[in-house]
Amino acid sequence: MSPEHATAGRAGSTLRLENATASPWGPRVLDSISLDLAPGQVLAVAGPNGAGKSSLLQLIAGDIPPTAGTVELDHKPLSDWNSHELPRALAYLPQMSLLNFPYTVEEVVLLGRIPHATGSAVDAGIAMDAMRLTDTLTLRDRLYTQLSGGEKQRTQLARIFSQIAAEDSLAGKLLLLDEPTSALDLAHQQQILEAVQGFADRGCAVILAIHDLNLAARAVDRMLILDAGRQTALGTPGEVLTPALLRNVFHIEVEIATHPLGGFPVITPGYRVRR
Amino acid sequence: MPSHPASRRARAWIINYSARSQRERRAITLLVILCLALPPTLLAGLASGAVGIPLGRVLQALATVFVGSADSQIDLIVNELRLPRVLLAAVMGATLAMTGAATQGLFRNPLADPSLIGVTAGASLGAALIIVTGGTLLTGYTGLTLVSAGAFAGGVVAVLFVYRLATSANGTSVATMLLAGIAITALAGALGSLLEFFADNEMLRRISLWKMGGLDGASYPRLLIALSVSAPLWLALPRYANALNALLLGESEARHLGIPVARVKVALISWVAIGVGTSVAMVGTIAFVGLIVPHMVRMLAGPDHRYLLPCSALAGALLLVSADLFARVLVAPTELPVGIITAVIGVPFFISLLRNRHHYGMQT
Repeated sequence: MSPEHATAGRAGSTLRLENATASPWGPRVLDSISLDLAPGQVLAVAGPNGAGKSSLLQLIAGDIPPTAGTVELDHKPLSDWNSHELPRALAYLPQMSLLNFPYTVEEVVLLGRIPHATGSAVDAGIAMDAMRLTDTLTLRDRLYTQLSGGEKQRTQLARIFSQIAAEDSLAGKLLLLDEPTSALDLAHQQQILEAVQGFADRGCAVILAIHDLNLAARAVDRMLILDAGRQTALGTPGEVLTPALLRNVFHIEVEIATHPLGGFPVITPGYRVRR
Repeated sequence: MPSHPASRRARAWIINYSARSQRERRAITLLVILCLALPPTLLAGLASGAVGIPLGRVLQALATVFVGSADSQIDLIVNELRLPRVLLAAVMGATLAMTGAATQGLFRNPLADPSLIGVTAGASLGAALIIVTGGTLLTGYTGLTLVSAGAFAGGVVAVLFVYRLATSANGTSVATMLLAGIAITALAGALGSLLEFFADNEMLRRISLWKMGGLDGASYPRLLIALSVSAPLWLALPRYANALNALLLGESEARHLGIPVARVKVALISWVAIGVGTSVAMVGTIAFVGLIVPHMVRMLAGPDHRYLLPCSALAGALLLVSADLFARVLVAPTELPVGIITAVIGVPFFISLLRNRHHYGMQT
């Protein structure tokens, strides 16, 4: 999506981080992160294991407090949001789920409607849409505990989608997805990213933590590369994904081509750089 | 087009009912069946015992509460002995099962039990302490009341300890609470053994009888105390149904669904401590009701706490009234402690649950 389009919908930004720093248990895990996310923009956060991707999402979700700098959601510092309003504006999918009780898939998805007072009829419709978007409709009466890893991930995604869903515009809302496609097959990866794009088209800002750079490159507007808690690069996938960056941050030699149809960069990994 | 608001409401409810999921309908059906099963079970409890009383005679005796005068021995047995006992069993069974369901939800562990956070062990120690040090105060009714007060205080103090141990600057960790509960249970057990070591034969007999649990001390004053704690608890816990549903996802996830997790935890732990403390004070330790009943209900109706909590309360009442009925008739005219019956029913059932848990989606 072009920057003109993104800023045209609604003035200002959905999310604004200024020199946000976090050290939840002593050492700094995030160091001076600054970024600005307009309504409808999709940002991918990438980086090696332990670079701080999940910590950044937790910081934005309010799970860990900034030790310096600011985090503003929809022009309001995160700490000023009250606990009833925040879940309607921000939905967060953590990397791992602890759920160990035999809910049905539909029951899990409906949990996403807890922050809303829309009534059971509306909620049932929204849950249905969310299950359709994640291809979990056929699983709706299955027990969550008996699903495969990928099916569980799609169910949790459906719960997050039903939490963020609304009748009107989604401008000012934010989706935080921590590795939403890590357990999915190729077709379901595409389906989830198409669903994410659908939310973005309606004004929702999205941040994905993701390892699959090729998948990210074709699906997002911008990429943020983290390395050891520092912001190494921020820009469009074409700007960010260079052989030099991948060598320095990911320690791998790559070939980068341009996709003949989509025009986005395609990375072919080569040898590991020996340190 | 029906115009009467009541019929419109009924129609809306029926449409709503048919739109509900299969499992939700099953949960509602279970709730209705349990409601219908409770009165006959209570009547059976009134009719059976050392002296069998025909059902018609039971109803006749009950009627003397409102009209006429209770003069025969049968009337006295039904109204003064069995009615408070059966009702106390129902009230405490409901409270134990409902607190059990809430504990399992809070700890995200279907095998958790209120006794895990130290209530039962603390209450036992409190009771033993009063029995051993009470001396001459322990005769008759004052004695029973004192022992109950000791048990309640012991249970609440134990939970406070466990709670403090598990609370740090980062909040209360439920995992640490389980471990701290084990530690406090062991400590209370050791102190209890020490007390028993110094106790004489009469005290030992009292302690061991008390530990086995029993409803033979039932009376209207006890029923009143039990009910005045339990009734608010039955009303309060279902208000946390949505919070518990969200908590099963994890604490962070629940927070992101707008649940004030820290406050909910304190409230639930307090209600569990008060409810279980009261039940140990009134009827001693009764094993397995808080563990098995929510488990059974979850198998039939799923883990949704909006149904799990009320269904567990009703099923707990049914279970304890039935267990007490068996306790009174199995070796009549002698009575067995009801805790033995619940354990004898409970353990095989629990083992079969453990062995078949994958059939209904438990993975623990």
